[in-house]
Amino acid sequence: MAKQPIITVNNLVKNYGDFNAVKDISFEVYEGEIFGLLGPNGAGKTTTLEIIETLRDKTSGTIIVDGFDIEKDAASIKKRIGVQLQAAGYYPNLNLSELIELFSGLYGVNKTPMEMLEKVALTDKAKAKYKELSGGQKQRFSIATTLINDPRIIFLDEPTTGLDPQARRNLWDLIKEIRDSGTTVVITTHYMDEAEILCDRVAFVDGGRIIDIDTPDNFIDKLVATGFERKKEVKLANLEDVFINLTGKEWREG
Amino acid sequence: MNKPYSNFNATLAIAKASFRSILRSPSAVIFTLLFPLIFILVFGFIGGGGITVDVGVAKGSDLNNPIYKALQSSGVIHLVTNESAEQMNKDLAKGHLDAILNITKNITSWPVYAPVQGKSQLPPFTVNVQYTSASQEKGKILNSLVSGILFKMNSAMAKNTPPALAELKETTVTVRAYKTIDFILPGQLGFSLLSTGVFGTAFVFLSLRQTLVIKRFFATPVKRYSIVVGEALARITFALIGASFILLIGRFAFGFTLIHGFVTFINMLILSFIGVVVFMGFGFTVSGIAKNESTVPPIANLVTLPQFLLSGTFFSITVFPTWLQPICKILPLTFLNDAMRQVAFEGANLWDVSHQLFYLLLWGVGIYAVAVKAFKWE
Repeated sequence: MAKQPIITVNNLVKNYGDFNAVKDISFEVYEGEIFGLLGPNGAGKTTTLEIIETLRDKTSGTIIVDGFDIEKDAASIKKRIGVQLQAAGYYPNLNLSELIELFSGLYGVNKTPMEMLEKVALTDKAKAKYKELSGGQKQRFSIATTLINDPRIIFLDEPTTGLDPQARRNLWDLIKEIRDSGTTVVITTHYMDEAEILCDRVAFVDGGRIIDIDTPDNFIDKLVATGFERKKEVKLANLEDVFINLTGKEWREG
Repeated sequence: MNKPYSNFNATLAIAKASFRSILRSPSAVIFTLLFPLIFILVFGFIGGGGITVDVGVAKGSDLNNPIYKALQSSGVIHLVTNESAEQMNKDLAKGHLDAILNITKNITSWPVYAPVQGKSQLPPFTVNVQYTSASQEKGKILNSLVSGILFKMNSAMAKNTPPALAELKETTVTVRAYKTIDFILPGQLGFSLLSTGVFGTAFVFLSLRQTLVIKRFFATPVKRYSIVVGEALARITFALIGASFILLIGRFAFGFTLIHGFVTFINMLILSFIGVVVFMGFGFTVSGIAKNESTVPPIANLVTLPQFLLSGTFFSITVFPTWLQPICKILPLTFLNDAMRQVAFEGANLWDVSHQLFYLLLWGVGIYAVAVKAFKWE
């Protein structure tokens, strides 16, 4: 399959007064992949994401999303993307069904709450309020709201932060399913094991610049080729495998 | 798939969500409905359903006449008959009595035939009323009551006379008892609209901003004005439902006067609509100024509390010192309360209160100009 860019970012710059949050970033995201933006806090990941999502103005540079220029066609882009914000809340006092109904109205689509909740296995929580959900359920619900408009691309900003290993794995499966159904996924994370398992390609961002972009495999191979070795001998399993083995894969609703 | 995007549907979706949310928010229901109803209840009982005017009846006054009986049955007048003239004058001076009444019979026998035209003829009764400057308001009530009774009786007598003599002019003078509820209810309704408009709007926009709900909305194709209009629509609907409740409970449980019935009810709702729209302007402004949820109440109270106290919500602004009254008179809630009392009790139409509406709308223009500057999306 030929790699077709669905997002093209060229020379993106974002300044907040004297502070340069994003310094001349360029990259492409290919259609149908899971693309990871990795980097420490304050590296400019969220700022970059929010500019692509049309939520923030850029200082300079060009961005094309699914053939639309972010400057001229923000409205068309909004209809084609799904956005999950870091730590975003939902309209107070409404249950999940009513929230889905609200978002259907906002996107101008006809989706029944049940068909959306089914996609993220939350049908039994249809009458629950968002704040009553567990961390993993909250993230799955957020993802459901990003899928309402059948988007071409979804953006997930640190979706697994604060989740237990079971909930994290459960979310990985969901994100892979979404990718397999043809939706491009752009994700940010602090967990390298997550990026290694989930992402088709990753970009390392630091200090407002992209340091390098490649597949996780290639990055690791390149590093090993320089003669790098882990201090500890690599075992066939890690502590998380032990955790999952001892407590079970079963998804907890706590 | 490619049907055009409808801002209208998006606005309605927000209005629906917001309305559901308001109905489930205890504070909205408490401020809009419960508080005003409690105040109405309390004042309804304190007032015993009405203002009473204490009127001393002078010794030697004729007690067996229709005027006296009509006053007795009016329910508003408390007649004091067992005091000496001296005591009565003292009480009048002290304000224990609001007026002294003396009715005297002028002729012993009723004229069977109409008096000859041109010849001066004394009316059968003379009513002397002594008022006191200490209670002018109550004096007015007594005055309107007495003149109403006299007018009715004079007309009734005129009806019995042959038509050749006097041309009967049909004018309706209705004497209505101005009950406590007639004063309290419009004030409480105004207060309800003020709190819904200011607190509700300020809290909701601040919280939507802080919890990034608005930011998430911005990631959808919805327009900014749809968010504001949708929210406003929900709040106005809620406020008008609240107003209807207050008016209907007032009308049927406490005998609140809606002088022209349904028309007055609709006029009251139109006034409520204008009121809540203006007050929401303050809410938008407060939501922009407030840094977080805990700074909303102090700032919002700065707007609502002075008006609550000074706008004639509980008592007429005439009780305030003269230097304070000009300030009372220019508060937006004063204009609204004024207009609502005139419409409900005096039967004014909306055009009659255009003076109050003009100043209310002037406040609206001013506060929305500030709100546009102060309002924050993020």
